[in-house]
Amino acid sequence: MATPTMDKVEAEASASPYITVTFRIRRFNPEVSAEASWEDFRLEIDPKERVLDGLHKIKWELDGTLTFRRSCAHGICGSDAMRINGKNRLACKTLIKDIGPEKPITVEPIKGLAVHKDLIVDMEPFFQSYREVMPFLVTSGNEPTRERLQSAKDRERFDDTTKCILCAACTSSCPVFWNDGQYFGPAAIVNAHRFIFDSRDEAGDQRLEILGGQDGVWRCRTTFNCTDACPRGIEVTKAIQEVKRALITRRF
Amino acid sequence: MKMHTYDTVIVGAGGAGMRAAIEATGRSRTAVLTKLYPTRSHTGAAQGGMAAALANVEEDNWEWHTFDTVKGGDYLVDQDAAEILAKEAIDAVLDLEKMGLPFNRTPEGTIDQRRFGGHSRNHGEAPVRRSCYAADRTGHMILQTLYQNCVKQGVEFFNEFYVLDQLLTEVDGVRMSAGVVAYELATGEIHVFRAKSVVYASGGTGKFFKVTSNAHTLTGDGQAACYRRGLPLEDMEFFQFHPTGIWRMGILLTEGARGEGGILRNKDGERFMEKYAPVMKDLASRDVVSRSIYTEIREGRGCGPEGDHVYLDLTHLPPEQLDAKLPDITEFARTYLGIEPYTDPIPIQPTAHYAMGGIPTNVEGEVLADNLTVVPGLYAAGEVACVSVHGANRLGTNSLLDINVFGRRAGIAAAEYAARHELVELPENPGESVAAQVERLLSATGSERVSEIRRELQETMDANVMVFRTEQTIKTAVAKIAELRERYLHVSVQDKGKRFNTDLLEAIELGNLLDLAEVMAVSALARKESRGGHYREDFPNRDDAHFMRHTMAYREVGDDGAQTVRLDYKPVVQTRYQPMERTY
Repeated sequence: MATPTMDKVEAEASASPYITVTFRIRRFNPEVSAEASWEDFRLEIDPKERVLDGLHKIKWELDGTLTFRRSCAHGICGSDAMRINGKNRLACKTLIKDIGPEKPITVEPIKGLAVHKDLIVDMEPFFQSYREVMPFLVTSGNEPTRERLQSAKDRERFDDTTKCILCAACTSSCPVFWNDGQYFGPAAIVNAHRFIFDSRDEAGDQRLEILGGQDGVWRCRTTFNCTDACPRGIEVTKAIQEVKRALITRRF
Repeated sequence: MKMHTYDTVIVGAGGAGMRAAIEATGRSRTAVLTKLYPTRSHTGAAQGGMAAALANVEEDNWEWHTFDTVKGGDYLVDQDAAEILAKEAIDAVLDLEKMGLPFNRTPEGTIDQRRFGGHSRNHGEAPVRRSCYAADRTGHMILQTLYQNCVKQGVEFFNEFYVLDQLLTEVDGVRMSAGVVAYELATGEIHVFRAKSVVYASGGTGKFFKVTSNAHTLTGDGQAACYRRGLPLEDMEFFQFHPTGIWRMGILLTEGARGEGGILRNKDGERFMEKYAPVMKDLASRDVVSRSIYTEIREGRGCGPEGDHVYLDLTHLPPEQLDAKLPDITEFARTYLGIEPYTDPIPIQPTAHYAMGGIPTNVEGEVLADNLTVVPGLYAAGEVACVSVHGANRLGTNSLLDINVFGRRAGIAAAEYAARHELVELPENPGESVAAQVERLLSATGSERVSEIRRELQETMDANVMVFRTEQTIKTAVAKIAELRERYLHVSVQDKGKRFNTDLLEAIELGNLLDLAEVMAVSALARKESRGGHYREDFPNRDDAHFMRHTMAYREVGDDGAQTVRLDYKPVVQTRYQPMERTY
């Protein structure tokens, strides 16, 4: 068991860790003003804490009206996707020390979805696109008594896209989505991919029909923003390319 | 105020709520009210697996699983319920697979299984591979699969609706469920949902602890709504502290890490669990492992400058195994601690994880008004409920199982009840109580701050009613909670608006936490024995003669308006297993 690294980590943890950070947050509350504006908050915080911890500190100690969604606080519920220093991230998975705290940290709502208040956006169009790609297993015939068999290799084929937490970081980082809300967007395609490439599923053709339409995968311009944005490390652009290829070859 | 009428209303959209919704939607006109978007629910945080004696990889059967569950719960488990849990586990897993859940597979293509704490072959002989899993994302896969099937079936969701009151109407001397009252986050509007049946599936209450694996949103809203209407809460003193939370943060690192061969070590590198559990070692039940960790720390064998944690060592496992079986938790260590688990051990400490207690139900999911009487039309399932399949300590992988087995049962029972019964009259002014609560908080000008009271509550709970308890520490907690409840009357919120007022909702959630913390502490004070997750240093032994019984806590309001907790007790259902000494 190697301990030297741990000693280093713990020595760092026990020194007084606080630094002063400025959070520059995009505020919007139509009950107060029709215009959005920037507001700065300065706080003392341990840079090993999360951006979400900083937002909580502001809400709990400085300004209770600051409004954002959050739940699990460790990157699995997908509530707190936001635009942090110009990039889509989960606030609970972004450590302050990793994003240049010597300069003001900008926090904005994700783009392309209507803002309701501060960092909260309208998620309904996002979930509507998801629902439209038949995001569920479709099979025919009688159900087997036991489980359906699937080889470990076939299971591995769609593993990457099962990791999606529907946080919308990918879709709201996509320039095509910003300019045209009709585009299904990366997350919906990821969730279609998850079933198209599942050996148990029988509705791949139907999903390809949906995604081959004018609002489907051909709108993708392969900018890789979605892959960069995904907090789960899903190769989103690759998944979209695989769906495109399946549309041409009809093999999946 | 808006009025809605449904046959069945389900409160909560985690695993239990959505499993219930899948059953109820085809059978009755169903609405699901959830304070989060469904896929945000904390079922998604569960990692290691779901137990079922499929016997896909080695000999196993549901009777062994039943025994392990009863023993794991330190014999406070209702054995009829545990038998249903273990028997129906097999179909529950197969149902999920048929719904599309991507389980890990064996070389033969069947569902793979792995070892987990407290699950054994032939009544404790050796660990058994019973946990059906999808890497360390089993809860995520269950949540996604259930949501996918809700989409498939067209389940009607009301997202970001906070249920704050349970409506009961007395008919011929019997209290019956009439519906619920909800607060809509987007608009601040109050909605009354009249329904023939209501199913609570709103999850746990871990946020009254500071170091916890629970989400910020796990504030016991369902338990509090029922308790305030005079319904009992069962076994609230039993709370599970998961052995392996990330040091100081509490983020869960699955027991599956030890199931895959991970080892707990103290500062001397010693595999200390061998001393405490010679057979099951690191895979003893969670209460045993958490106490062992704190014993090491108290006796000066903890790690780090303050000696306040121990290590979870995965360094002897091949990186390929970690990548395939434990990808998420190894990433948590990298993200939050800057540690590479291939080469360095992970600092951990026990983390408040799971409420064994909750709203008492029978095996059909019907809520009990006392030891014998059901509340017609009212159901509960999952962590909010107490069936009791977990007794004094839940086994790992039995909660994902619980939500599927009893979520399904409650969904069927509630829908069938709705088909056979008419709507009950609503009480007069059904939304009045919630409207008054909201109005009071919005107009309050007191100087107390929600975040400060919550912080003090969490600190007193961690210090006084965690893994080790004594009369003195529990009394300290009871007194502190009373002080905080008094101060809570003087809180004000800064956000006075109607639109997405999360400031207001945090205040309401704190009120729920305070009520439930009081119930927990008072219940713990009266249980003068040690059993499962409830360990009293002043009463270190289990006392079956006096305490082989469930606690039932009721809210009493005196003539002067003063609120107290009244305790009563309920017998444990024992069928085939007599209590034995519990060793691992």
